[in-house]
Amino acid sequence: MANLLIYYAHPGAHKSHVNKVMARMARTIDGISIVDLYQEYPRFDIDVDREQARLLEHDVILFQSPLFWYSTPSIIKEWIDLVLEHGFAYGSHGDKLSGKTMMMALSAAGPEEAYSSGGYQHFPLRTFLTPFEQTARLCNMRFAAPYVLYSSLRAPGQNLVEPHVAGYCALIEAIRDDRFDFEATTEMDVLQAETLPMSKGE
Amino acid sequence: MSDILLITFVFLAAGVLSVPIASKLGLGSVLGYLIAGIIISPILAVFGVDVVSIQHFAEFGVVMMLFLVGLELEPRLLWSMRMRLLGLGGLQVGLTVLIVMGVAMVLGQTWSIALAVGLVLALSSTAIVLQTYNEKGLMKSDGGQGGFSVLLFQDIAVIPMLALIPLLALPELAESISHGAAGDGHGGGTHGGDSHGGDGGHGSGLSLVDGLEGWQQALVTLGAIGAVVLGGVVLTRPMFRFVAIARMREIFVATALVMVVGIALLMTLVGLSPALGTFLAGVVLANSEYRHELESDIEPFKGLLLGLFFITVGAGINFELLSANLWVTLALTLGLMAIKCGVLLILSFLFGINGSDRWLFSLSLAQAGEFGFVLLSFTVANSVLPAAIADQLLLVVALSMLLTPALFIIYDKLIAPRFVEEEGREADEISEKGPIIIAGHGRFGGIVNRMLRENGHKTTVLDYSSSQLEMLRQFGLTVFYGDATRPDLLHAAGIEAASVLIVAIDGKEPTTEMVRQVAKHHPHVHIVARATDRTHVYELYAAGAKDIIRETFDSSVRAGRSALEALGDHPYDAERKAREFVRGDRARLVSVAHLYDPDIPPLENTAYIEKLKEYAAESQAALTGRNNSFTMRVDRGWSPPTPEDVAEIEAQSKS
Repeated sequence: MANLLIYYAHPGAHKSHVNKVMARMARTIDGISIVDLYQEYPRFDIDVDREQARLLEHDVILFQSPLFWYSTPSIIKEWIDLVLEHGFAYGSHGDKLSGKTMMMALSAAGPEEAYSSGGYQHFPLRTFLTPFEQTARLCNMRFAAPYVLYSSLRAPGQNLVEPHVAGYCALIEAIRDDRFDFEATTEMDVLQAETLPMSKGE
Repeated sequence: MSDILLITFVFLAAGVLSVPIASKLGLGSVLGYLIAGIIISPILAVFGVDVVSIQHFAEFGVVMMLFLVGLELEPRLLWSMRMRLLGLGGLQVGLTVLIVMGVAMVLGQTWSIALAVGLVLALSSTAIVLQTYNEKGLMKSDGGQGGFSVLLFQDIAVIPMLALIPLLALPELAESISHGAAGDGHGGGTHGGDSHGGDGGHGSGLSLVDGLEGWQQALVTLGAIGAVVLGGVVLTRPMFRFVAIARMREIFVATALVMVVGIALLMTLVGLSPALGTFLAGVVLANSEYRHELESDIEPFKGLLLGLFFITVGAGINFELLSANLWVTLALTLGLMAIKCGVLLILSFLFGINGSDRWLFSLSLAQAGEFGFVLLSFTVANSVLPAAIADQLLLVVALSMLLTPALFIIYDKLIAPRFVEEEGREADEISEKGPIIIAGHGRFGGIVNRMLRENGHKTTVLDYSSSQLEMLRQFGLTVFYGDATRPDLLHAAGIEAASVLIVAIDGKEPTTEMVRQVAKHHPHVHIVARATDRTHVYELYAAGAKDIIRETFDSSVRAGRSALEALGDHPYDAERKAREFVRGDRARLVSVAHLYDPDIPPLENTAYIEKLKEYAAESQAALTGRNNSFTMRVDRGWSPPTPEDVAEIEAQSKS
């Protein structure tokens, strides 16, 4: 059993099409932890000690949020700035997160083909996530490929929300039950509902 | 009656006219008073005013001054000064007495007269020097501290001197003087209120120690000192708490005066120096929260009495005698000042007082002082000095005091500028931030104080409630008792050097008035004021407060936000709605505050009324739920692009 901690962040919760449903469904799964950052810290007064204690209790840290301006909503940056302290997450004696896994679950408004050198976003999605990837590396954590929904605005009309949420739940349960093949994701850019690498149970 | 009024008018008017002129000319207030005295002395002569007895009354100003000096001096500080006090002070008095005595003997006086002259002239003028140090801000300098040590030692040394002088009595003088002693203005017994006392063990008047054996006298004296110290520690607080019931300004002043006068009286009764007694009481109270209150109550009386004292010194100069013996007097005076200055210069080398401080120390104490007058009358009454010598010495003392401001001018104009460059760098070190003054320590000010202290800031708390302050004292906080709206109390609390003032006192009008006063007279102070309601905000804004905090607004907004959360709002949505509400409310408040004018009655201020009406309509719409501009503002942010936006961007990038 891996201990999974989901940090959910959406500042305009009532405007969410996909993330809200994902978070609601994730809450129904036993044996994992989920934190709504904007709910817990509406005034951004992040409790560093509590967050660090949370990190120590879990093996996999998953940030779930929409993609805003090629990054996460601002509270996740605030959380990183405060919680990943020198001496805790990195630096001399900062080995508390060593060996853990960081992962992201993102919804992007643009279509998949836009996130390429020829598309209108000009870069692959992973390029925008390099700050997070390097953050994980500096903390000696594994950075797994992100679970992504492209064209999230059209998803409701094209009945794409349900499969994405179902894939999300499957992903969560697989991580919880140690059935998720993190090693296999190192070869992949992004994960989608249909490309989740599950190891066949023991 | 009309005589008293006339004399009072003459004295006050002389001071009022001459002091500003003297200050304007850079001569200092002391010289101003002295000149005023000289000018009015013919008028006083016409009316037959007894200048000497007024002077004895005015010497009470010195007693008050020493009380105030004591208040500024914590016992700890006094103890740390002991080396300088005994070393500098003891050597100054000892050496000066010896040299003056030697000179007097060379001039043909007997040793006993010479010693008495030495004692009289060794003392300097506490009144002039401390007043000038304070006025010129020299008190904290090395020279000022050294000078203060010497003066303090002299004040204490007066007591053994008073004991010594009767032993020097000349039999032949005693006989001649015993006839007219009762009516003589110099007779010790006639000055029951003589501030430097000493007449207790001698002659008429009230006394507790007359006719007692030596050991009984000592016991009574020690008992009196013990009573002052113990009373200061134990009785002050209950007394002020009792007085606070009346909640009247003048009762506080009266209480402070009762304390000082009572201590002076007690000291006189046991034959001690009242100045020393009140000084002791001041030291005892230096750590108490009533310090500022006492300071600001006594200060004006001290100033007036000292002014009166200096005027009488000026008026008391015997010009006939002076003109008859002008050159002798002048030579004696300058010689005395040279001797005193020389002794002080030697001491400054021994005690490491350097640079401009050395000259400040030596020049400022070169005069003889008001204690000299006291000792002179005492020596004559005790048949130690013949009246002719005493009159001559009186002139020397007065003239040297008259010349003191000139010495300060020499220091200011000739000596200090030469050392400015050298010492310029040291001044930079004084970068300590001014204190934070919290006026009112109730539920509001108390929290502000706690927060600032937790963050390591030094605060000065002023409050009217004894029980509040007592509670704070138990936590080791520095607190001061008094009516925070009084300018003199604010002054005592250090408003001149303060960086921030938090006005958290009760009542709308006192708050506004305090803000107005401080903003006007101390524009450098950042004022944070508590407002009770909207109109009060406008008043405080017009009065000049920089930060205006409505006392219940923030907590009401939080209550509203909690209600929104309880209704199912996401906490971050509730937070955003609360912020938007605060922002809108504040914007309205600011725009109305700009229109409000305290000089125009609100009902006649049309622009103000119009704006209020406009906002009233808006908030009514909000109350009835018809205002959607608010929700639109809250809704902004994080709206995703529409599919059309995405299509357009795609189209652009393809073209």
